[in-house]
Amino acid sequence: MRLFGHKMSLKAQIGLAIVVINAFAALLVPVIAPYPEADVLGRAWAGPSAEHWLGLDNLGRDVLSRLLYGARLSIGLSLLITALSFSLGVFGGFSAAVLGKTADMVLSRIVDLFLSMPALIFAMVVLSVLGTDLVVLVVTICLLDATRIFRVSRALAMNIVALDFVEVARLRGEGLWWIVRREVMPNAVLPLVAEFGLRFCFTFLFISALSFLGLGIQPPSADWGSMVKDYSAMIMLGVPTVFYPAGAIALLTIGINLVVDWLTSQTAAEH
Amino acid sequence: MNDRQRDTTLLDVQGLRIEALTPSGAAAVLVENASFTLKRGEVLGLIGESGAGKSTIGLASMNYTRAGCAITAGRILFDGRDILNLSEREGRALRGARIAYIAQSAAASFNPALTIGRQVCEVAIRHKILGKAEAKQRAVDLFRTLELPDPETFGNRYPHQASGGQLQRAMAAMAMITEPDLLVFDEPTTALDVTTQVEVLAAFRKLIRDRGTAALYITHDLAVVAQIADRIMVLRHGKTVETGDADDILQHPRETYTKQLVAERAAAMIGHFIADNHAGEAPVLSLKAVVASYSSLNRAVSDVSLELKRGETLAIVGESGSGKSTLARVVVGLLPRESGDIDFKGERLPPALHERSRDTLRRIQMIYQIPDLALNPKQTLLEIIGRPIEFYLGKSKEEARERVLALLRQIELPESYLLRKPPALSGGQKQRVCIARALAAEPDIVICDEVVSALDPLVAEEILGLLRRLQETLGLAYLFITHDLSTVRRLANKVAVMRKGEVVAYGETSEIFSPPYHPYTKLLLSSVPEMRSDWLDEVLQMRSFRD
Repeated sequence: MRLFGHKMSLKAQIGLAIVVINAFAALLVPVIAPYPEADVLGRAWAGPSAEHWLGLDNLGRDVLSRLLYGARLSIGLSLLITALSFSLGVFGGFSAAVLGKTADMVLSRIVDLFLSMPALIFAMVVLSVLGTDLVVLVVTICLLDATRIFRVSRALAMNIVALDFVEVARLRGEGLWWIVRREVMPNAVLPLVAEFGLRFCFTFLFISALSFLGLGIQPPSADWGSMVKDYSAMIMLGVPTVFYPAGAIALLTIGINLVVDWLTSQTAAEH
Repeated sequence: MNDRQRDTTLLDVQGLRIEALTPSGAAAVLVENASFTLKRGEVLGLIGESGAGKSTIGLASMNYTRAGCAITAGRILFDGRDILNLSEREGRALRGARIAYIAQSAAASFNPALTIGRQVCEVAIRHKILGKAEAKQRAVDLFRTLELPDPETFGNRYPHQASGGQLQRAMAAMAMITEPDLLVFDEPTTALDVTTQVEVLAAFRKLIRDRGTAALYITHDLAVVAQIADRIMVLRHGKTVETGDADDILQHPRETYTKQLVAERAAAMIGHFIADNHAGEAPVLSLKAVVASYSSLNRAVSDVSLELKRGETLAIVGESGSGKSTLARVVVGLLPRESGDIDFKGERLPPALHERSRDTLRRIQMIYQIPDLALNPKQTLLEIIGRPIEFYLGKSKEEARERVLALLRQIELPESYLLRKPPALSGGQKQRVCIARALAAEPDIVICDEVVSALDPLVAEEILGLLRRLQETLGLAYLFITHDLSTVRRLANKVAVMRKGEVVAYGETSEIFSPPYHPYTKLLLSSVPEMRSDWLDEVLQMRSFRD
């Protein structure tokens, strides 16, 4: 099997399969979920049965349905945030690399300011002050992530800009936009895609962490982080429900990392 | 060492076959059926172009192969022992103590964070061959033999505090510290300037002769190997072309390929000068008292005045650091000049790139030293060569495509290469593409910055031939920057010799390269290796008289 013109290893194929299954689950929720996510259907903590494969939760909602709806919200939100933060971070990073010393200085110091604060603490403060609105959540995590992507893409672009073919384009009199789009970008795509996968994982875990702390996605919407929070206490009494959302988080993270590892090794092999 | 010992065989390689595993899974043969023997105290030169398998054989003699390669057939006896069957540990012990390797780039082989002395002594101490104090003493002795400055304290320096030539000699000291029986030299002087090369070569030869060490000397330069090797083995595409006494090979080569190599190297030294037949014409480019620098402390280019006419080649020669590449950057506007004037077709050129019009940019094109870096690996040849046509000449996609096909024919590449990307081309082909890209802009001047120094001799000769033909048909003016004097002789009408940012000699090639010489020109000229085994002795003798 091939992806981006490279042969995929078995591990990469397993990773890709996990990611694709998760993506389908998230996309097809309304069709495949047996029950709505917020409906109370029976006794709390009822065990697995023919109607409810994974049992019911603390309020008597169907765990399987919540897991599927959770996939849609967690994955969708992470994808949105990662896409936004990548646009911002790559744009800033490339600008710093090609616009010259002053622009680089200004942009890098602003980013340093953000990086100097622990991300989780920063997010908790902002969300506590501004309220746990979905828009606030997206913007906050997006800004935090963008600073890290700025660092990576700046370094990447710096290495490419130093090569002779970029100088050739400069000597020809090409504009900056053309140089970034045609000379720098094609050589940066593969490492950036690998970074995208990793960042997606981090964002996903970050939202789960915030939800676990009660600052992320609010009930009754289902998401894997808040499900872990809601179900974790019952593990003391021998109810294993918490393992389903926790396992889903772990599985998706591993899947993405398998694909990313393979992509990174392809990038390394190219150089 | 007595004569009996000298006659014993140290290294016996028979039927060696080395294969590489390519990504598609099929094996490519790197070396096929290589056989040779090396007696104690003897030096065997391995000659060939890149890809000939000479480094692979050199490394295999140490029972080492690069990642992805394997020895699949043959036998290597070192001092009577079959070294291919050694365990990893025994192999390491052998490599450290009895066989040593000297790489092409010493600068890349030294750890910048440790002193040279510590790194030189490391092997001997690690293998418990010498104690710390003994190792240090022997290092000092070696530094002295190799004529390094302040041998007592040289070891305290860090790699960045030594020059390229000094590091290369320090690397030889590192290899010799355990007094190995066999040294493998892998292009050890290729990265050095000619003047430095002479010193390093002399130091290596003295070291080998004094201690009676056997050596494999890998190089692509016949004249270099002539100074140091007793016997020569010529390789091509992994196969042995011929083996014989050094003098025999150089004077009476039997095989066609060897004859070609020898003839190419000999042509570099003779041949008539190209006359200056452009007297009286107005110059295309003229520099007057140009000054430029990277920092306020030292000038990279000072007070340079030169003229270049249509259809003419002006060569700028000098060692690395002489400011010749900087001069090119000043002319194209990458480094704005501080003072002085540059006139292009009678009009003043603005100092900085962004102040120049698109048409001016079009008329001055540049070709780089390393084509790998000068071509975007993700673009097709159509995009690379077609872009200047669309950008400068405002042609449509179809017109540009037609023009690119014409240019491909002109640089002698098949039209089927149109949609290939640079990684699928050889080094020489890539440089041809760079030339085509420059031609696509229909320039008046082409600046060639060391355009053939990264290429194999025969490929370089083809590229130079192409440049010459293009000049004749298109009337281009070349500003030809190089450190290779043989190229200058064959290509340039005029020469400017640069040293420390200044032009020390300037005039017609025939004038500059015939007596009376400027002392520095003479030093440069006398440093170009010649294909006689007594050349090095003569040069050293001449210099000792002068000193």
